[in-house]
Amino acid sequence: MPVALFVPCYIDQFYPDVAVATLELLERLGLDVVFPEAQTCCGQPMANTGCASETAPVARRMVEIFADYDAVICPSGSCTAMIRHHYAEYFTEDATQYEKVASRTFELCEYLHDVLQVERLNVRFPHRVSLHQSCHGLRELRLGGSSESMTPRVDKVREILELVEGIEWCTPERSDECCGFGGTFAVNEPDVSAAMGRDRIADHLATGSHVIASADMSCLMHLQGLIRREEQPISVMHVAQILVGRPVTRPAVPSNPSEAIR
Amino acid sequence: MKLPIVDHPTAARPFVTNPKRSPWHDKALWFVRSKRDKQAKGVSEWEHLRELASEIKTHTVANLADYLEKFEQAATNLGATVHWAADAAEHNEIVLKILRRHETLRIVKSKSMLTEECGLNHFLENNGIEVVDTDLGERIVQLRDETPSHIVLPAIHIKKEEVGETFHQHLGTEKGASDPKYLTEAARQHLRNKFLLGEVGITGVNFAIAETGGIVVCTNEGNADLGVSLPKVHIACMGIEKLIPRFQDLSVFTRLLARSATGQPITTYTSHFHGPRDPDSELHIVLVDNGRTRLRGNSEFRDSLNCIRCGACMNTCPVYRRSGGHSYHATVPGPIGSVLSPTRDAKSYKSLPYACSLCGSCTDVCPVKIPLHHQLLAWRKELVGRGLLPVSKRVSMRFASMLFQRPRLFAVAGKCGRTALRVLPHWMTHNRLNTWTIARELPSPPRESFREWYGRNRNDD
Repeated sequence: MPVALFVPCYIDQFYPDVAVATLELLERLGLDVVFPEAQTCCGQPMANTGCASETAPVARRMVEIFADYDAVICPSGSCTAMIRHHYAEYFTEDATQYEKVASRTFELCEYLHDVLQVERLNVRFPHRVSLHQSCHGLRELRLGGSSESMTPRVDKVREILELVEGIEWCTPERSDECCGFGGTFAVNEPDVSAAMGRDRIADHLATGSHVIASADMSCLMHLQGLIRREEQPISVMHVAQILVGRPVTRPAVPSNPSEAIR
Repeated sequence: MKLPIVDHPTAARPFVTNPKRSPWHDKALWFVRSKRDKQAKGVSEWEHLRELASEIKTHTVANLADYLEKFEQAATNLGATVHWAADAAEHNEIVLKILRRHETLRIVKSKSMLTEECGLNHFLENNGIEVVDTDLGERIVQLRDETPSHIVLPAIHIKKEEVGETFHQHLGTEKGASDPKYLTEAARQHLRNKFLLGEVGITGVNFAIAETGGIVVCTNEGNADLGVSLPKVHIACMGIEKLIPRFQDLSVFTRLLARSATGQPITTYTSHFHGPRDPDSELHIVLVDNGRTRLRGNSEFRDSLNCIRCGACMNTCPVYRRSGGHSYHATVPGPIGSVLSPTRDAKSYKSLPYACSLCGSCTDVCPVKIPLHHQLLAWRKELVGRGLLPVSKRVSMRFASMLFQRPRLFAVAGKCGRTALRVLPHWMTHNRLNTWTIARELPSPPRESFREWYGRNRNDD
């Protein structure tokens, strides 16, 4: 029985290598992975705006698409949380398909840690890395302990990354402050969002880190947008890319119109 | 009263884009949040306490009518006079009536967010009564004719140099003085005089105990105690949600309150009032509804009545820390305020539930476990249901939904977008019309989406 790969819409369109890396990683670990091509988006932009009637049909078709798989694996904590924790209202209580999909959708690191219990990866990444914890991974999925909560929890993203050799860890002062992406928040509150992002970048830069790694590419898309605009000497990489041993992606030099045309 | 519509992004702009103000404010509050973390870590049963506090509050709110009557009975037995106010106007009238009966011209008041909510200060001043806020932070904002920007740290948005300027104007301190010790001493002298002149003391209430009829006021400055020790009349104003059932429940909350609020193990003063202090004195307790019963009837937002006003959600909120409390234009700002304010007036406060990145830090920090970020999300749904989302946003969400239901169209639209991004000059995609690009670059568009790559590389059967 194959497992399904759920690729968030923005990763599909803007960061295909994150999805390729996720696929390669799961295949290397011996899984039969299928990408159901009818999938698009989990509906989070609409849901987080409060548009329930616009979210409902999107949520229902997602569940239908993924209903027949034993596991649905997604390289995003936020989109996984949407399916696991925020779909209930779009389904009746006896919707077995929904129950099944909600309980079998996993964030990538969570799946590697809890289900596959991966212990070795044979990958090197000899760089200075700092981890950006995504809020939804942390506080919705509980992939690790949030700094506010006194409940001890295993940091699954960090533990999986620990399997990679050569990483020199850099720890930002604020271990899990929001980057300010927040989906539509990034355009609803552009000033606050950018201020939050700049503060995160400064915190990561101050550690001497060269790569900000995260299990959520949406946070990184926002941070990368600021990094490129302000030409900061730091890269962003999705955890999946590090786990398959991709080289560091240098921040493409920004705002230069010729660069955009090339 | 018709309130103007608050647009949080616009209201926040001057503060958040001020490089001297926003980062300083952020750091000051992050420091408080860090102190809170240390204190919470020191209590091994912290999460258990939160759970317990949440259950006690939920139980109390569920049985509020019974506990209120019980409290009234017990407090009356102790000699206090209990008043019931349906709304802010009634509350203010009750207070004024008591003051008139005693021919009062000057009152001293310790911190009370309820009296802020009811607009008591201006009401009394308009009726010829001098009101002196005796909490240092509140006195500072009062002298500056501002409102508190934080419920526990009312003057957190004001720098010491600005306090110096205000005190120079109003208290005659040296011009340019900014030494906190000097300024605090000046405030002490100034307030001491006011305390001596105060004819009636007004306080807020942190907890009211149904079982005993006692009320509890927590302060760090001792100003509540001093304010009610000299006058013969003490008026305590409280929202009806301040109730807890038993005396023994109090310990759960006193352990959580100060740790969550300021990172102290306990407030410097935790004062218990059981009836008037002697036969010549009066204790009036004003129980105020002002929308709370309506909120209690709302299953979606009822939990917000559990709030003990510690301010921890403000200290932790990355939006609040950077945009400042005044950007919310509400008595209670920050996450809890963004839940409460629209319950009063959804139209005026419709932007507040969106002033949130849904990071969930407030939910994890809240000592009574109010699911704040989920309530803000629920508010967004409510606002859309009431037709309060701007049409442009609704239309774009309809369009997105339509697109996401058509995978082929989605793929084509994506390809067109990426191609446009690649071939168009940079200025055409990065300008003021595209809000994303005001501060950030768009991602460099890949030639191939993942689904295209997958079709070429994996989908061979």
